[in-house]
Amino acid sequence: MKDVRAHAGFPIKPVYGPEDTAGVDFERDVGRPGEYPFTRGIHRHMYRERLFTMRQYVGFGTPEETNGRFKYLMAHGQDALNVAFDLPTQLGLDSDDPRAEDEVGRVGMAIDTLADMEAAFAGIPLDRVSVSLTINGMAAPITAMYYAVAEAQGAAPDRVVTTPQNDILKEFVARGTWIYPVEPSLRLVADLIEFSARRYPRSNPVSVCGYHIREAGCTTAQEMAYGLAIAAAYVELMLARGMAVDEFAPRLSFNFTAWGKVFEEVAKFRAGRRLYARMMRERFGARSPKSWMFRSLIGGGGSAFTAQEPENNIVRGAYIALAAALSGAQTIALPTFDEAYTIPSPKAQLLALRTMQICAEEAGAADTVDPLAGSYYVEALTGEMERQILTELAAVERMGGIVEAIRSGALQAEVARQAYRYEQQLASGEVPKVAVNCHVGEGAAGAGREVELYALDPKVGEAQVARLARTRRERDGAAVGRALGRLGDAARGPANLMEPILEAVKAYATLGEICQAMKDVFGEHEEPVKF
Amino acid sequence: MKILVAKPGLDGHDRGAKVVAQALRDAGVEVVYTGLKRSPEEIVQAAIEEDVDVIGLSVLSGAHVPLARRVLEGLRREGAAEIRVVVGGTIPPRDAEALRTLGVARVFPMGTPLPEIVAAFTGRGEASRPKEARTP
Repeated sequence: MKDVRAHAGFPIKPVYGPEDTAGVDFERDVGRPGEYPFTRGIHRHMYRERLFTMRQYVGFGTPEETNGRFKYLMAHGQDALNVAFDLPTQLGLDSDDPRAEDEVGRVGMAIDTLADMEAAFAGIPLDRVSVSLTINGMAAPITAMYYAVAEAQGAAPDRVVTTPQNDILKEFVARGTWIYPVEPSLRLVADLIEFSARRYPRSNPVSVCGYHIREAGCTTAQEMAYGLAIAAAYVELMLARGMAVDEFAPRLSFNFTAWGKVFEEVAKFRAGRRLYARMMRERFGARSPKSWMFRSLIGGGGSAFTAQEPENNIVRGAYIALAAALSGAQTIALPTFDEAYTIPSPKAQLLALRTMQICAEEAGAADTVDPLAGSYYVEALTGEMERQILTELAAVERMGGIVEAIRSGALQAEVARQAYRYEQQLASGEVPKVAVNCHVGEGAAGAGREVELYALDPKVGEAQVARLARTRRERDGAAVGRALGRLGDAARGPANLMEPILEAVKAYATLGEICQAMKDVFGEHEEPVKF
Repeated sequence: MKILVAKPGLDGHDRGAKVVAQALRDAGVEVVYTGLKRSPEEIVQAAIEEDVDVIGLSVLSGAHVPLARRVLEGLRREGAAEIRVVVGGTIPPRDAEALRTLGVARVFPMGTPLPEIVAAFTGRGEASRPKEARTP
């Protein structure tokens, strides 16, 4: 009989029965939805009371272009936004910086000053729409700009729901938008969490991402283990500041992927929820049930998609949506079928949105809570996944804990090793991929012809630089200088940097100026290159 | 054969670069990896100092054409035009031709099987290509 293995590496049996769940204490390990340890989901009635939010990742070109796409998706039933920024913005470089050449507006929208953020959200009421900001190294100033726009719109702070990603630890492992060394980077994460907890109580000031580490090549169990370890590191950071765990933990959130085998993904989330609940209650002493809840955006995983026969990715997206819904996601975002080729077309974005809508409205995935509970297979798999995650957490401890493992590059090396292993499995056919290493059709060679390619208009960069020049001309230069001076002074001391950052933002200081003021104090990260 | 695997520009996605670096190393190629966010000028300098035969640029940001152009120009300026440049990443078909016109020796767009990349540097590997039309 064929040997079948989970992405986490353990073997899958051909048949499961009662003997496989003999060790499961249903009251203790599974329980009821909405109750500790939340294995079955964090809400009692889940989607029957509130369907998962659909939140496609969007952003390109100028803030005006992105604003237009936001409104297009909202007109088709998307109820929340998920903003992509270009690389100069993510790295704190202005659009007129020589290092930003050819990158302005390319993989997301360009933001240089508050004026751009005002244009991006013109006509979008920030007290009614929830917005994720995919920003990390620059999360503090970009979120400050967002809060400033909300304030100018007259939105009450307790009505503003935003989720800056603000997870710098995973950026050192995957995705790479780090700027400062590890310690000051962590300080900025904590400053934003603390400020938001006190001033914007419904914001989710960090979204802990296993997602990108998995995209970089790690296994399912590692994705959850590393995510939980990073969450624990942030909790410890806030406790060290003297905050009580229940002051901030209810607003911690997560971002994971579900692109693999459907049942393994479901088991990963069920195991992850119960491990997180136990960690928060038993290790960190949280008393509020909201602090025990693993709230997650579950997304696609473009790494599951293929350049060969790209329309097959539409089908893959439907299985990802199903896995995410069966996993109890609070929010779902899907990659688009053309992602391997281009910035998504409006048609591809709409197809992804329709996929989620069909999953919820027609396929019945939202009809009842945790429908796989009690399955011999899924309960056994949940237990096995929990053991694997604990094994991976122990491995992180042997690397010196998550922060040290990242600082030294040991974790990055392990992820790269897994990525290589996976690629070898694809090459050998051990991991099947349709139209890539099995069922390869005649048309595969001409792949991509059916994809509409996005062409970056060179005028985008020019328009952005022109607007930046105008803002620099029209602002009060002395006020900007004073604000940046205060930010630099504050960075040398221990105070929370959000107030001085907010002051600089409101004076229309550029993101590059704000970034540099802190770089002058903090220095830059040096990547430990290991593979 | 010695290759510099390089990440030019601001793109932080290094999965592909590290996978290719490991595969080439296992195939007996001497590999140097730059790490993330190197300028084209830094890459040219590193290639000359390390005395490599090939620079392999990995770009997933869409900025592959201008970045490759700047590396090629830098090599010519430094009198090191004998160092060949290959490019991998999210390269749409229409840009592969543009890159070759610039002087890029070989383009490995998304979906290129790993054994094919290795074979391009070792002259072997046909045998290790994945079996096509395999039924699981």
